[in-house]
Amino acid sequence: MKIADKIITWARTKSPWVIHFNTGACNACDIEIVDALTPLFDLERFGVLLKGTPRHADVLLCSGPVTRQIEKRLIRIYEQMPAPKFVVAVGTCACSGGVFHDCYSVKGGIDTAIPVSAYIPGCPVRPEAIIDGVVKLLSKFEADEKKRRESK
Amino acid sequence: MGTVKIPIGPQHPALKEPESFLISLDGERIKDVGMRLGYNHRGVEKAAEGRTYIQNIYLIERVCGICSHSHSTAFIQAVEEVAGVEIPKRAKYIRSIVGELERVHSHLLWLGVAGHEVGFDTLLMYSWRDREVVMELLAAIGGNRVNYAMNTFGGARRDLDKDMLERILKAVDVLEDRTKYYINIATKETTLIKRLSGVGYISKDDVIKLGTVGPTGRASGISRDARKDDPYAAYGEVDFNVITDTHCDVYGRAVVRLLELMETYKIIRQLIKNIPDGDIAVRFPRRVPAGEATSRYEAPRGEDVHYVKGNGTDKPERVKLRAPTLANLMSVAKMLEDDNLADVPIAIAAIDPCFSCTDRMIKLEHSSGNSEIVTWGDLRKRSIDFYRTQHGIDFSELNKKYRGNL
Repeated sequence: MKIADKIITWARTKSPWVIHFNTGACNACDIEIVDALTPLFDLERFGVLLKGTPRHADVLLCSGPVTRQIEKRLIRIYEQMPAPKFVVAVGTCACSGGVFHDCYSVKGGIDTAIPVSAYIPGCPVRPEAIIDGVVKLLSKFEADEKKRRESK
Repeated sequence: MGTVKIPIGPQHPALKEPESFLISLDGERIKDVGMRLGYNHRGVEKAAEGRTYIQNIYLIERVCGICSHSHSTAFIQAVEEVAGVEIPKRAKYIRSIVGELERVHSHLLWLGVAGHEVGFDTLLMYSWRDREVVMELLAAIGGNRVNYAMNTFGGARRDLDKDMLERILKAVDVLEDRTKYYINIATKETTLIKRLSGVGYISKDDVIKLGTVGPTGRASGISRDARKDDPYAAYGEVDFNVITDTHCDVYGRAVVRLLELMETYKIIRQLIKNIPDGDIAVRFPRRVPAGEATSRYEAPRGEDVHYVKGNGTDKPERVKLRAPTLANLMSVAKMLEDDNLADVPIAIAAIDPCFSCTDRMIKLEHSSGNSEIVTWGDLRKRSIDFYRTQHGIDFSELNKKYRGNL
């Protein structure tokens, strides 16, 4: 069992599949996420792959504040992802609501709807910051898994 | 066989933003397209009424991250018109240069997305790599890659020095070379031409009827460009052509955008050559007098219209935005009629939709589908009646008791 566990952790940290969901963002963080996946920054060299469906994804990249219309859909998408799942709030709006914090149709940051594992602030986030955030999230996950195995 | 209804969105691999389409199919043919927007509605217009003009620049800039400069310029132009402030010539040139660089980044972005939607991912990777050239340039100018905050009331916030102007010229040379390569692909590559030709057809008459703007309208032979028709900033002093095409389909839209890029380089070169010396901003009053103004701006996607009403305080009374995608959305339903299901992603992508710009209002409807307009007095009467009949609270009695007869 121990070896199987190790292999699963290895596979998860070496090749996280991500899904991107715009929860009401202004498109700025979204284009920076796509930018991070294209040749200059090339997140794919770390094994990160963008998927189209939440059922295939390990990491949910959310950009933008949670609007009242999107809230239910966001929760549904989160529930469709297989465990262990991570949510990354990309951008200031996703972290706290940002410039839209007091708009009547905005609930606030992503953490008002679903639990968030990592926050990447910035308006918009630079692709380097996205890469840094994802790498930090993965190394933390790796360390947590190691701790969990050792305490067994 | 009866019609089959396929929902697309709000989360879908082919869509970059949350919106949903309900497509009625007869076999592979599209019979009807239903659209549902509003997932991105944040309430920017209402929020703008509660903030000062200066705070609003940063809010309006974040209406859309791709055409951020377009929205802030359109808003600022309207406010300047209300206040009656004329900005220095150099500021006008700086606004135009940044606006044109934004158009370069937006059109290259569109080219990549369009390539991706038809399964030509190499094009996506190529054009997004080249797009980094202009992104780096914008980062060097404004300190931020996307929301550059170059505008302020009364002019520009930062000057473009000689080194920067030279750097822009060098980058434009590189980009022009690459754009020529893409034009070569678009006009010679058989697979691309065959894939895009005839898809999302919309005739000139329909374009006029539906009020389509920007490259989508120009690809159907309409010569409509706010830079030419109603010159703002420094566009009155540059020489450029409005690119039109008569293909009326997605292929035409691709050609229009690519050729427009060449015009953009031409404009940037002229602007840099003729940029006058002088101040970049004038003093602007904190309180804007009562009055209203509408301003037009040719954003990369089409004409952006902003309306501002001032009331003598430091906050606007009303701000209204009409983004180009809203004008173009109605034409999508027309374009998709009788097309194949497989053409849906590229036909939608071809108008270069931006739903964060578009989602400006929420309309609530009765379940029967009828909507009605209720006056304030009517609404008040209804709520009083509701509480009297449902909860037995008589406000008129209370009003008489505490506040006299209202």
